[in-house]
Amino acid sequence: MSESGTAPEVSTGVAAAKPAHADPARRRRLVAMGLLGLASLAMPLLGTSYLLSAATLALYLAYVGQAWNVMMGFAGQLSLGHSLYVGLGAYVAAGIFVHTGVGPWASVWLAVGACAAVGAFIGLLAFRLRIAGVQLSLLTIAFAELARIGFDHIDALGGPGGLFLPVVNRGHVDLLGFRGPPTLYYYAMLLLAAGALALCALLLRSRAGYYWRAIREDEAAAEAVGINTFRWKMFAVVLSSAMTAVAGTFFAFYNNSLFPEQIFGFERSVEILVGPVVGGLGTLFGPIVGAVTLVVLGDGTTELLNRAGVDLPGVRQGIHGLLLLLVTIYMPNGIWPPLARALGFEAKRL
Amino acid sequence: MTGHPLLQVEDVSKAFRGVRAVEGVSFEVARHTITALIGPNGAGKTTLFSLIAGAQRPDRGQIRLNGRAIGGLPAHRVCAAGVGRTFQLVKPFAGMTVLDNAIVGALRGERTVAGARARAVAVLGMLGLSGKASSLASHLTLADRRRLEVARALATRPSLLLLDEMMAGLRPTEIDELLGVLRTVHREEGLTILLTEHVMRAVMALAEQIVVLHHGQVIARGLPAAIVRDAAVLDCYLGEEDAYQGLGA
Amino acid sequence: MPAASTIVNVVVSGVLTGIVYGLMALGLSAIFGVVRLVNFAHGELMTLAMYGAVVAFQRLGLDPFLSMAGVAVVFGALGYALQRGFINRFVSRPEHAQMLLMLALAIIIGNVLLLAFGPDARNVQTSYQLDSFELGPLLVDKVRVYAAIAALVTTALLGAFFRLTLTGKAIRACADNPLGARVAGLPVAHLYAVTFGIGAATVAVAGCATVQLIDVTPGLGPAYTLLAFVIVIVGGLGSMVGALLGGLIIGLSEALAGLLVSPSAKSMVSFGLLAVILLVWPRGLLGGRR
Repeated sequence: MSESGTAPEVSTGVAAAKPAHADPARRRRLVAMGLLGLASLAMPLLGTSYLLSAATLALYLAYVGQAWNVMMGFAGQLSLGHSLYVGLGAYVAAGIFVHTGVGPWASVWLAVGACAAVGAFIGLLAFRLRIAGVQLSLLTIAFAELARIGFDHIDALGGPGGLFLPVVNRGHVDLLGFRGPPTLYYYAMLLLAAGALALCALLLRSRAGYYWRAIREDEAAAEAVGINTFRWKMFAVVLSSAMTAVAGTFFAFYNNSLFPEQIFGFERSVEILVGPVVGGLGTLFGPIVGAVTLVVLGDGTTELLNRAGVDLPGVRQGIHGLLLLLVTIYMPNGIWPPLARALGFEAKRL
Repeated sequence: MTGHPLLQVEDVSKAFRGVRAVEGVSFEVARHTITALIGPNGAGKTTLFSLIAGAQRPDRGQIRLNGRAIGGLPAHRVCAAGVGRTFQLVKPFAGMTVLDNAIVGALRGERTVAGARARAVAVLGMLGLSGKASSLASHLTLADRRRLEVARALATRPSLLLLDEMMAGLRPTEIDELLGVLRTVHREEGLTILLTEHVMRAVMALAEQIVVLHHGQVIARGLPAAIVRDAAVLDCYLGEEDAYQGLGA
Repeated sequence: MPAASTIVNVVVSGVLTGIVYGLMALGLSAIFGVVRLVNFAHGELMTLAMYGAVVAFQRLGLDPFLSMAGVAVVFGALGYALQRGFINRFVSRPEHAQMLLMLALAIIIGNVLLLAFGPDARNVQTSYQLDSFELGPLLVDKVRVYAAIAALVTTALLGAFFRLTLTGKAIRACADNPLGARVAGLPVAHLYAVTFGIGAATVAVAGCATVQLIDVTPGLGPAYTLLAFVIVIVGGLGSMVGALLGGLIIGLSEALAGLLVSPSAKSMVSFGLLAVILLVWPRGLLGGRR
């Protein structure tokens, strides 16, 4: 990874701050977000149950993609093993629930703590021991794989046969135990995704955002103006892992069952990153745009084929792969930057 | 002014794989003055800069800023202590605007982004870059990029500014402009400046003290008028056409 | 503690497996050492080759060790075309863009295989598949021995190619000094493509050699890609001898771990070794290019 010189895929999705009253683009952005927000809130009332689960999936991918994006966009490290955090978060929360009955609102903090610690460890490896680029990406894969094999051997958590959460009455809303109808999960995920977006937007505007961009542009120059690059890169990695832990906790309670093969698998890690890459690496809205695109095209196509009586395995993933290929070749900055420009959201640069 | 010198370099040495880049270098820089570090290529000037700025650690010796030891500290801590620097090969944050570049620097000394922006705007004004505030750093000319380097370093509110061959590759008019800007900045911010240069005209125009390096060692130190006549200095520059002529001018 | 003869058998089996592993990793190492490309589709190419062998066996009745040469040639051409027509554009792009490109190809290949052949396992069952050679207490699978021989022959051919032919030497020059090679007028794009072709052909041979030992499913790719990376990193990124050495080490440790600890500990050993090596010697045992 080059440390000096221009950063390869720097976002153009966030311009330098401009006075709000003078910027029609910003007004348009706010209106669009408002409309989108209203639509998302009303969604369960308008759609079918299939649509609801697809929307929940899209929001899940948007959230987890946003979390992944923090590590790649801000610390510049390509994590190919983010399933590690999803799985760890899921198992911590589910394990606690199964063995002690304590609900996710409490256990999520432990999940976050565990993932933050692991993230910090990986960060240390990356930034203190200077294992970067390809080697780090491979190391992230290795850790996810180690977790997969390791959790296969933890009988207290179900081993390879899986961990099952107690079956629940889907008609009854139990907020404390986070069980209930699909609408509950939809709104929870909506809240998480919106929260992640808001958090990243805030960070981008703050000292963190400036520092992260500077580090990405030229690390030596960043050090020379007083930025403790190690600390800030660690922050990005730990934040990324902590955010992903929450997704894992959600996953456990939404799915009701966990299997090491499935949740720590490499395909999971890939699924996490395709959204932000297709949407736009390092941009704010990229992960959301990417997630929606993936679900619409991937799951949408599968559903259409199913309705036509065709059941082809591999279509969904294949479409993901195709999208990833096309974006990497023709739109390396992702779908969002050109789309934003077309919609008139990007303020012009001199 | 009497009192403690701002920068004290004490018997500093650094070797790279057996090559002694800097050997037992000692000198002082008084507060609010401008000192120039000169010497032929390979004399160790850039290495010495790296050592002071924290990009490298000295093998031996000590570097003090305001009496406080900073030798061996990492670069960001040295900056926090009050040292700002430019790079010989400019390193702007290319994908960010000129203003954002300055804001990054200003955040060092300011608590809020708003405060940093204010400081950044002020610094850009001082350096004559206000009109280019929303341009991308990568779109600037070389001369403007040099100014941006200074602006960014200045935004961190340093007490000592290290300028690494600021004038290299600039045209005479650009050199004059930059000299004027540096003089203004020196006056208005009360900065102490240590610069290395090959362009003798700039050295003679700015320096109140000159330190001459050769083969990693200090061979002369003193007022410009004296240095220009120093036999040892003339000796080591013999063969360096331009420098020699610059000295005699 | 298992009997001595069991241990010896396991060790021999591990070494034979390791030789094939080494061949598989060799292709990856060559591609990385020369083209500087991280081939995340390596395992998928191997899986594709395995399906090729399956088809050749089921449609044409060809023994995998015989169809090996044909499959290798096809893959060589495929690899050449892929690199020349496609991947070459990415050589100057940032590292993560290359990784994502190959990842995308991997996903596509894997899912095309799933679409074409379905998720159920396929097998190649030759007449000698369950036979073994007996040498005193040693009982070795014939298939494993043939596989190791094929791997050794291929490795020797590769060695000869890189050391004795002009193209081979030119490729090594590219690996040593890409800029210098260009300045000297070497057709770098062509040489990169040849290298990728060789890498693909190599992994095709490894696939055909292994096809009788496992159940072939479309999802094998990632595991083999990871295994190849582990081997290459353990042995040293960019070093071909290192790839072979790494293969032996991994083959052996997997076999021993499977025997002495538990069958599922095999993969753990590989990844554990990977983690340790990356932490202690990031450049691998025999040093490397980065």
